[in-house]
Amino acid sequence: MTGKAALRANAKAALRAAAERLKAAFVAAGAEPVEADILQPADVLLDLYGEDIRARAFVTHDPVMGEAMLRPDFTVPVARAHLDAGRAAARYAYAGEVFRQQETGSRRPPEFLQAGIEVFGEAGPAADAEVFALFAELLAPYDLAAVTGDIGLLAAAVEGLSTTGARKAALRRHLWRPRRFRALLERFSRPAAARPPADETALAGRGPEVGLRRRDDVLARLAALAEDAAAPPVPPAEIAALDALLEVRETPEKALSQVRNIAVDLPAIAPAIDRLAARFDGLSAAGVDLDRLTFEATYGRTTLEYYDGFIFGFLRPDRPDLPPVASGGRYDALARALGGAGAPPAIGGVIRPALLPEVQR
Amino acid sequence: MTLKLGVPSKGRLMEKTFDWFGKRGVTLSRAGADREYAGVVEGIGGVDLVLLSAGEIPRELGAGRLHLGVTGRDMIEEKLAFWEDRVEPVAELGFGQADLVIAVPDFWVDVETLDDFDGAAAAFRARHGTRLRIATKYHRIVREFLRHAGVADYALVDSQGATEGTVKNEIAEAIADITTTGATLRDNHLRALTDGTILKSQAGLYRSRMAAWEGERETLAALVARLGV
Repeated sequence: MTGKAALRANAKAALRAAAERLKAAFVAAGAEPVEADILQPADVLLDLYGEDIRARAFVTHDPVMGEAMLRPDFTVPVARAHLDAGRAAARYAYAGEVFRQQETGSRRPPEFLQAGIEVFGEAGPAADAEVFALFAELLAPYDLAAVTGDIGLLAAAVEGLSTTGARKAALRRHLWRPRRFRALLERFSRPAAARPPADETALAGRGPEVGLRRRDDVLARLAALAEDAAAPPVPPAEIAALDALLEVRETPEKALSQVRNIAVDLPAIAPAIDRLAARFDGLSAAGVDLDRLTFEATYGRTTLEYYDGFIFGFLRPDRPDLPPVASGGRYDALARALGGAGAPPAIGGVIRPALLPEVQR
Repeated sequence: MTLKLGVPSKGRLMEKTFDWFGKRGVTLSRAGADREYAGVVEGIGGVDLVLLSAGEIPRELGAGRLHLGVTGRDMIEEKLAFWEDRVEPVAELGFGQADLVIAVPDFWVDVETLDDFDGAAAAFRARHGTRLRIATKYHRIVREFLRHAGVADYALVDSQGATEGTVKNEIAEAIADITTTGATLRDNHLRALTDGTILKSQAGLYRSRMAAWEGERETLAALVARLGV
């Protein structure tokens, strides 16, 4: 081995050892050690994340297996293994490489180690607080700021709008795509545009029925559009309240007071606020200093993982070049997408050991 | 050192490229037999003509094995990630015009815009359990465009030719392909979305930022002066 190669091998071995130490800490918190295949079936990830995953994951091809992806995370394979085993509550710990395409010119590596934990079958603020506190403790030696968010609060705000179920479902579907979410909200705030009548006459003079999306699909959507056109616009006060909610970025105490003010116009978010307050109480009881924590309503809204409740990240605000050193959150909806309506609630998080030396105090 | 100029090796794109250069005093032609892919350049010294498929020219420019190349904007954007870092457009050549569009069956009276398309995709997945398929060979450009527009619940299906027929053949529910007059779309009972034009393409002369530019700089200056671009 040449000098440089030997140095790299040593550095990699040291990182692997650091990842294994983190994994051991997760095992000490009650998790079973698990492994995951590096080659993952592409269709599962495509169905979950959509075509956008192709720009993020490395896609490869095998004449027999078909399309496969180098695992972009452990969450999906670990969740699938848990659901396939049909187990109830369980915790898993892992450490290993994940692979993600980076933009040209980005100095972020396309292959890096992650150590993480996934917790199934535990719902509620207590489990959220416990997982967060575990990360806070492991990361205490490092100079990091913690940011939390709560997609559940945004979802509750959408649910609480005075509008049709179809409009709420459309907004919920685009919670993770801010541009489309904004466009929908704009549209729902105005009277709807006129559309063709929802019957066979609309198809007169048009081309023949081709493809698997059939005439009755078209008519069903026309009927849905007609129903939508009859719906009154979302009240301006509610739109303003939702906008205000998306702006909240404060310490927990101030954030709670802001969202309680917002709840005057969106009373339906009150239970979600109570859960948020209970989670902060849980964090405080677990020894987390809330004054050093930021709550950001939109945190994690554009990440790939589609967390749908509590979300957290540990990062260096003065180092925008570094990705979060650790991140995690609740992904009950992803578990349901993989395992059906009866899937257990799920929460997890990962640490990137390679970043730790850069953030030493 | 010679400047390597890549030009499409066959068809109308080759003929139009030869015409374009010819009108500007640079004669390009194929050497020897009609089937031999070697080229001759007359009217200027120090330029080597490389004949190859229009689809391969972006890759060769990106790798710096060509100094200059003629190909479609659609090919540049599809085949070269972060193309602006790797090639520079020198001139638009005024031929090979084509629009890359998203098209759906004409009888989809409920779908006129991307917003409709996204709504239809959601309803289709809810009803049939699968994502709405779009047949295309322009995977990267289409995916980028739809990501930017916030469209979800679609799948891209690879189609390297006769893409307009994929809907009738039930390989896809919609297509993303280049069209010039729209006649092929109409013949296949398809219609472009009103805001579904992804790219307005035409043939262009591109300069590689990745090639070694040493002695070739002077040749480039002379060629650019001769071509008047």
